Amino acid sequence: MTADLNRMTHVTGFGLVTGADSYLYRPTSEDEVADILELARRSGRQITLRGAGRSYGDANIGSETILLDISRMNQILHFDSAQGTIDCQAGVTLEQIWRHVIEDGYWPPVVSGTMFPTLAGALGMNLHGKNAFQAGPIGNFVLEYDVVFPNGTRRTLNQNSPLFSKIISSAGLLGVITRVKLKLKKIQSGDLRVLPISVPNWQAQFAAFEEFNGQADYMVSWIDCFAKGEKAGRGLFHTAWYLDDASDAPLSLRPEHQDLPDTILGRFPKSTVWRYLKKLNNRPGMKFTNWGKYLSAKLLGNGKPHPQSLVGFSFLLDYVPGWRKAYLPGGFIQIQTFVPKEHAPRVFAEQLRLQQEAKLESFLGVMKRHIPDQFLFSHGVDGYSLALDFKVTKSNKERVWQLAHAINDLVLTAGGKFYLAKDSTLRPEDFKQSLGDEAFAEYARLKLELDPDAILTSDLAKRLLLDPRSVG
Amino acid sequence: MPTSVIGVKAIVVGASSGIGREITRQIADGGGLVVAVARRGDRLEELAALYPGRIFPMVQDVTDHDSIPSTFIEATDKLTGLNLFVYASGVMPEVGPQEFNIEKDQQMIDVNISGAVAWINQAALRMQGTKHGSIVAIGSVAGERGRWEQPVYNASKTFLHAYMEAVRNRVSRYGVHVVTIKPGPVQTEMTERLKLKNAMSAEAAAEKILALRNRTGEHYLKFTHLIAFAIIRNIPSFLFRRLKI
Repeated sequence: MTADLNRMTHVTGFGLVTGADSYLYRPTSEDEVADILELARRSGRQITLRGAGRSYGDANIGSETILLDISRMNQILHFDSAQGTIDCQAGVTLEQIWRHVIEDGYWPPVVSGTMFPTLAGALGMNLHGKNAFQAGPIGNFVLEYDVVFPNGTRRTLNQNSPLFSKIISSAGLLGVITRVKLKLKKIQSGDLRVLPISVPNWQAQFAAFEEFNGQADYMVSWIDCFAKGEKAGRGLFHTAWYLDDASDAPLSLRPEHQDLPDTILGRFPKSTVWRYLKKLNNRPGMKFTNWGKYLSAKLLGNGKPHPQSLVGFSFLLDYVPGWRKAYLPGGFIQIQTFVPKEHAPRVFAEQLRLQQEAKLESFLGVMKRHIPDQFLFSHGVDGYSLALDFKVTKSNKERVWQLAHAINDLVLTAGGKFYLAKDSTLRPEDFKQSLGDEAFAEYARLKLELDPDAILTSDLAKRLLLDPRSVG
Repeated sequence: MPTSVIGVKAIVVGASSGIGREITRQIADGGGLVVAVARRGDRLEELAALYPGRIFPMVQDVTDHDSIPSTFIEATDKLTGLNLFVYASGVMPEVGPQEFNIEKDQQMIDVNISGAVAWINQAALRMQGTKHGSIVAIGSVAGERGRWEQPVYNASKTFLHAYMEAVRNRVSRYGVHVVTIKPGPVQTEMTERLKLKNAMSAEAAAEKILALRNRTGEHYLKFTHLIAFAIIRNIPSFLFRRLKI
């Protein structure tokens, strides 16, 4: 089992908590992907798939495996502006897509809070956005895609193929997605009408989501995880609508209108902001920041709709470049749990209480509304998700994991789900239970059928015993 | 108190006796994982049996360069990672005051020099890619000067120091720690026949070495050696050859 040490590299998940050494390969074509799979079959070495590396935990790393980084397969193959479809190599990012199509009046149908994921990663995790409550995950908008299976066979799957909804969402454990054809969203303006509503507690949070569900295009809410008692669950709810612009070539559709500014107030370079953020990135600093944010949300612009660019509204996480470095040296984990609507108020309130009791409040809380979907490792529920960011240090790591397990247990008893792109803390039985026996058995059957030698893996797959080689 | 070795994934070459064995034992004892490499498999098995699941024995003769790359990969696969590499193999056959023996000399060159280079090259190649980890080589105060008693042993350690310095200058910029240890007298099998006085125990030496593993540079294990060898290094050659040291 020889391997080329010149290819050795160390990569981390987006949260910087865990990393792995692996043999890096960056194919530029489907043939090269097939060659790498062939190399793995011959040498017995496993493969971990990686896109832009935006999964927070260990889904995109694999110790001592071949790391197949898809990001150099980044050619846009065809854009049909009449039909509103785009055909791309799977390493194309959401950013490449919106830049390519916006002037013709299109926008990716589903985007995450950052524009950097690749399509392969987006499909592997089946990512969702602030329109999840009506659009569901990105897989709903995929027309067809090419996949190379570990045995070397290549297939094009469309919505009628039984495997279509299995490879999407399977965290890169069943096949390598190499080309994606996506249905785009037609837009008339590059701006959204955004309505911010300051909400004083949990009850008001859920009421806001239910009020706008069915009539809004986007909904998301920020939660101050430090607020207690009657104020628990307070935050800032945002809803947004696409706008009509009657002009022939609206200026708002220009990429330069969309581009995020690289300075604050025209002077202060954003690339340095994380260094200042780092000073605040501790419990008292974040308690203060969350308080300040809530106060300003209440006093400024509350209930007043305003226009905002699609990029500015959609990609909040890209607003401060390199913000994750504020969490160094230990990094951070994100936990996003999905809870059916009837249990969500109780479960989220309890999640917040547990954090406060442990004095490990999430520095950022984000809530969204979701609907169920048909994909294999689905994280969709008719309910809500709450995403939490926990700073990890040498001294708090054990306690953070304990808290995470308590949070996960609450979600399981409520019949909730988890999202592997955000996971670092699940135990094998947790994931199995959330998925349900039937879906888990189906995964096991597909894994055996499509990847009998268990070539595709990741540190996450090993942790959750989704890699047959790690079982027993 | 020994330094924490939790999370350490190490390869120790020359793990069947002396300082290498003790480093291996201490890593396993502290909760780390070690691949123990040596020629003498029976001794490795004995050691591994003390820490099942933490010490993985691997038989390899460092003079067989061809098998080093595959053994290295096998070891890192076993560990699922690598953050510490220790080269502790070394031989010092007895050489008489008037003896010049190419067989003994060649043996020292093969183990102390060629074996070290072949193994450390692998570790350096990997770590310049992964940009983390430590490479530790056991040199010797004997490498500071060409002393009359052990010409090739001294020269082999001088070679190792210079080679390690060059490796350090190559890869420390990537965040890799490159550490040369220059022990003085240590009680080991290699030095048994010398009946050393004031020798440090292998346990104590290993503990100090593990504490120094992330301190890039050259290190003595005793402060007095730092002083003594600063002086010895600067004695002019014409005087040095008249001294009985």
